[in-house]
Amino acid sequence: MSLPIMGNSKSDVAGPKGSAWMYTDKVKDHFFNPRNLLENAHEIDEDTYDGYGQVGSPACGDMMKLWIKVEDDKIVDCKWQTFGCASAIASTSMMSVMVSENGGMVTEDALKLTPDDIMKRLGGLPNRKIHCSVLGDKALTKAINNYYRRSKQFNRMKVESSRVIDPETNVTDMDIQEAVLEGATNMESLQEKLKVAIGNPDIIPEVEKILNFYVSKYYGE
Amino acid sequence: MCVYDISNNKQIMSIQSAIHELLEENTKRSIYMDHAATTPISPEVHSAMESFYSENFANPSAFYSLGKFAKDAIDDARKSIATCLSCRPEEIIFTSGGTESDNMAIFGIARRHSSKGKHIITSSIEHHAVANPCKQLAKEGFDVTYLPVDRYGKVSVDDLKAALREDTILVSIMAANNEIGTIQDIAEIGKILKGHQAYFHTDACQAAGSIDINVDNLGVDLMTLNGSKIYGPKGIGILYLRKGTRIKPLIYGGGQERGLRGGTENVPYIVGFAKALKIACDMREKESTRLEKLRDYMIDGLLKSIPKSMLNGHPKDRLPNNVNLSILDIEGEACMLFLNEIGIYASTGSACTSNSLEPSHVILATGLPYECAHGSMRFTLGRSSSKNDVDFVLKVMPRIVEILRKISPLNLDEKMVKEESKGELKYI
Repeated sequence: MSLPIMGNSKSDVAGPKGSAWMYTDKVKDHFFNPRNLLENAHEIDEDTYDGYGQVGSPACGDMMKLWIKVEDDKIVDCKWQTFGCASAIASTSMMSVMVSENGGMVTEDALKLTPDDIMKRLGGLPNRKIHCSVLGDKALTKAINNYYRRSKQFNRMKVESSRVIDPETNVTDMDIQEAVLEGATNMESLQEKLKVAIGNPDIIPEVEKILNFYVSKYYGE
Repeated sequence: MCVYDISNNKQIMSIQSAIHELLEENTKRSIYMDHAATTPISPEVHSAMESFYSENFANPSAFYSLGKFAKDAIDDARKSIATCLSCRPEEIIFTSGGTESDNMAIFGIARRHSSKGKHIITSSIEHHAVANPCKQLAKEGFDVTYLPVDRYGKVSVDDLKAALREDTILVSIMAANNEIGTIQDIAEIGKILKGHQAYFHTDACQAAGSIDINVDNLGVDLMTLNGSKIYGPKGIGILYLRKGTRIKPLIYGGGQERGLRGGTENVPYIVGFAKALKIACDMREKESTRLEKLRDYMIDGLLKSIPKSMLNGHPKDRLPNNVNLSILDIEGEACMLFLNEIGIYASTGSACTSNSLEPSHVILATGLPYECAHGSMRFTLGRSSSKNDVDFVLKVMPRIVEILRKISPLNLDEKMVKEESKGELKYI
């Protein structure tokens, strides 16, 4: 008996079609064979790794911890733990492979890794699962920054700055990015989520510009 | 000091081999435990429908004998349904399913009776087919009160009494919840509303076949039922509309269904729905008793074998087929996909399977924190479910949870979760 798992139409999946599994074989492989998982985290102490990053929260439905070991500025080992759905688990697993394979990625190149790179290696993710790969990318940035901080290479740290777009509601461009990842792909749904620019039509063009930027970045629309 | 070597592959193998062992030991089977989502069409229903596809296909409005045959089939179906509900045949309106019936009831009453008031009362755990029409009406200037529920998903009759106003025109409370299975005191609410102008609607899609749906006993003016939850076809439902209750139609057309719902009648589905409802009512008591036993056996087994798990919904006032629990530290979609890989089909209230990326509003409404909604799993039993099936789920579930907990960085404090929730958590 072949049952569609979640009633998704084929067009919803940015990858191969016609399978009973809603994810690609690569995602399935990394979900059922997670690489580089850190077991028994309580047995390790600070010195066993060079950088550590944590993002997300249990209330949000996904949370991730990431540990890296760096030698000659290359990530030689990357370990993780993830609370989340199959795509979050597979994305972290794949990312840990990507940064540590072939002798390890240079930290600066690793910082340039994008959610899209991870997704491509996974053969695609359903649209509404894209935010799962973003989480891994953010955890990696945190871990590398943590490594830079610990090794006192402060000037190399990647600082994500945000800028207030709507002074009324204090909504920043980062908030808009988050909202897009949570599924707000048009002005109406964005306003429903953030109440942005509701009493302030003057800033709508600016909000729309940022909205469109992130929609095309994450959904390619 | 011996420190954990993070490049040691031995540790990595252990989780992978645990997964392989689980998947290899349990060869794929097919255990469907999502009957609250939909049911298969029963063979009797299927054969009752068959002749109305290509043989007796005529339009029931046609004035020749082939048309009369189709019309008679609809009339018979209507009579049979009326018997199950203890109502008159003309009080049954055929629709395209539960969603349409709910929309028709809510918009139909609101738009027809807005001159008498614009206040609507509903609950915070309704199906979207009720919740979203209410939300729309709020945008159109209606005042909607959402009654809270307790830890077990129960609406308080006192809350309802307190919320009733002179300008209340509609009360819509579901008979039984689709996610957590809690059964509401519909008959009690019906009694309270007896002397009030407000019309009383209940969505009984999940309840049919499990509880008594005699409309006089329930005291309802409108009631939604559909085929897809009672081993009938999808895409067919009814709205029971008490004689004398006036509504504004949603769909205008050729005057079918006494002008309340235009469109050529879907004869095979109507016949199928009537047959399915008849079977569901006939076997209700016996099947409910069987399922209740199986359900309690499963709940007990899961709670005992999975640490940090708790039951969602009411322990007693509960649909006979519903098992819903929250499992801390893991996420429901991942759990569901493990079950799927083994051939067990169940569902979750996790945000990851919803289109909105919001977790189950029902579990949140019972006062549990988000963590519990993300880790909720629903198993809904049905006619095909056996003790063997349940035993198999009981065998694999603890292992799946153990694996996912190894992958998860969380180790939530049960007590903390308990304190964050309202009221007492019986099963924690």
